[in-house]
Amino acid sequence: MRIPLVISTLVARSVGVASRLSGKGGGTTLPGRVLNTLNPGAGARLAKKLAQGSAVISATNGKTTSAAMAAAILSSRFRLAGNPAGANLSSGVATALLHTRGADLGLFEVDEAALPRVAAALRPRALCLGNLFRDQLDRYGELEMLAERWRGVVAGLAAESTLIVNEDDPQLAQLAREREGVIRFGIEDARHGGPLPHAADARYCSNCGVAYDYQLAYVGHLGEYSCPGCGFERLKPDIWAEQIALEGLIGSSFHLHLPEETMKVRLGLPGLYNVYNALAAAALGHALGASASEIASGLESTEAAFGRSERIEIGEKRLLLLLIKNPTGANEVVRTIVADGTPQTLVLALNDGIADGQDVSWIWDVDFEPLLGGLERLIASGGRAAELALRFKYAGFPESRIELVPSPAEALDRGLELTEAGGELVVCPTYTAMLELQKVLAERGHADLYWQRAARARKESGPPRHPR
Amino acid sequence: MTPIRLCHLYPDQLNIYADRGNIAVFRSRAERRGYELEVVGIGVGETLAPECDLIYLGGGQDREQALIAPDLARRGSEISRALEDGAALLAVCGGYQLLGRGYRDRFDFEMPGAGVLPLETVAGEGRLIGDVSIECELDPGEMLTVVGFENHGGRTLLDRGAVPFGRVVHGFGNDGESGFEGCRLGKAIGTYLHGPLLPRNPWLADWLLGQALARTLGEPPELEALDDELEYQAHAVALRRARERGGKLR
Repeated sequence: MRIPLVISTLVARSVGVASRLSGKGGGTTLPGRVLNTLNPGAGARLAKKLAQGSAVISATNGKTTSAAMAAAILSSRFRLAGNPAGANLSSGVATALLHTRGADLGLFEVDEAALPRVAAALRPRALCLGNLFRDQLDRYGELEMLAERWRGVVAGLAAESTLIVNEDDPQLAQLAREREGVIRFGIEDARHGGPLPHAADARYCSNCGVAYDYQLAYVGHLGEYSCPGCGFERLKPDIWAEQIALEGLIGSSFHLHLPEETMKVRLGLPGLYNVYNALAAAALGHALGASASEIASGLESTEAAFGRSERIEIGEKRLLLLLIKNPTGANEVVRTIVADGTPQTLVLALNDGIADGQDVSWIWDVDFEPLLGGLERLIASGGRAAELALRFKYAGFPESRIELVPSPAEALDRGLELTEAGGELVVCPTYTAMLELQKVLAERGHADLYWQRAARARKESGPPRHPR
Repeated sequence: MTPIRLCHLYPDQLNIYADRGNIAVFRSRAERRGYELEVVGIGVGETLAPECDLIYLGGGQDREQALIAPDLARRGSEISRALEDGAALLAVCGGYQLLGRGYRDRFDFEMPGAGVLPLETVAGEGRLIGDVSIECELDPGEMLTVVGFENHGGRTLLDRGAVPFGRVVHGFGNDGESGFEGCRLGKAIGTYLHGPLLPRNPWLADWLLGQALARTLGEPPELEALDDELEYQAHAVALRRARERGGKLR
């Protein structure tokens, strides 16, 4: 029996209210799951109610941040609906679609494996593909399979929709090559390039199998490449960043080249990886008609999304939370931390839940080595704290300077204890360890829970909006 | 003292499950006993270094495996000669599969293997993913527990009479049915367990180092005990995970 849309949305919304009242969760995914079960076509029908259609951002790394940036860019032009709490599976998108009253454009970050299903339902007018890195192989399977599924998504994209890709990722450049009207973005600043890191992905051409010639790499395998086998090579992007100046853990500035205009942008988020996030957001904004000044002010006003280089004041000390979840992302976090002078104390928290990846072998592919020179004390935390400690031990870090504190809350306290007044404690948790920390910080009154932020963001602006 | 020469096959292609963790463990545990570890990377078209004490092969994604498979298939006799000469060997996941006779996918397309280990691998429905614990008897009468993580689509079938590396306690193992995990041929071990394998199973690393040293010393030397407190803790957690959540199809 098919349950009518009105009834299934009503039931699903009530489930969300009940979930929030029970205090067990924020109701950011359950209502959508209920909706998808009761009425599998409901998402597509709700999406059609958005007068200006939908835009989708997907990537292994940076989708939450680039979606927040895109929201800041587009919020003066559109009334946005979206999933700013990072609930980016089909259920999270469906939940967001239950809260679109008053909105005219959907802006969604979508999990890379969920993209085929979500794109089929949303039929987005703009699709922005940021990057593909190896990530949680136990959950996503092999990168090549994911790239194949994305190829299918691109093939199914309506002709009038706009495809936006990171041209510095050869896998994405390749899936976009046959299509017309693609908007390409990338970095053009050789000073920030280096050799391909250990265990980089996309070493071999997906056309012909010959090893790419990487002239330089910026983040993971993102960079300037050409294939000596079939001649495939990076095209000059339509939107790019150059003259990039990184300012440690604080932010960066760069010249943003848009097709008509060039301007200087200052980001309040650190690292080259956030320059890529900004480019993705700028390109998406451009595709949806945002002006150059809207793009610049949107980027400059964006603050850290939920645990992504987020700063929290705790008394006289500061906490800097940097989410880590896969080798490339963690490598960039390490690079950014080291650029600012390695801290004396570092808390790393490794959990192995489904959302973290049950297979923790990825930490051995992270280049933690640059930290070893200056680090005085490592507080290894999370369910797999001992595994993290081993990673550092076998890298040559003295065991006597490693403390095992499996509870993230206790590790936080220990870290703060070792931080002097006025100082900053750097904590790098995996996803569920970050949720644990967020909960503790909320209980102590230092920060809001993620769904409270999402709810506040929705309330503040009438139609739902991303947090600023 | 005698250096240990380790030939690491295809380090650029077979590196998906943090294989450098295994190499780091070999190096550190050898050096702390006063043995230098010399690692020689062997790429496509290059021959194994002479006087090789230990051979290591990791796992790769399908594309990378396909790139090295023809080269590895041609190396069967070269690897077998090194084993006869006394080298020890560890092959993990994709490297393990390709040391068998070959890999047959669902369309019966065959990717030939090196034919060093007495086994073949066929594609199966769904992937076998999760934490694993196994029991193995590396030296007669000594049962050891080895823990790791597996993620493979292929089902590996041992030839009649072939010896598994261990018996599955929790998890899937070679095929999810036989209760066998990996394959053991003298001093050569093939296994699906990564994680990486050696940091949380230091006794296995030591056994392989001992076997590698036996090539020149005649006998595996007595290796001085190390402080493995962290390793034991990591092992205990991995074992608990295998007990709680290993071997469930999803």
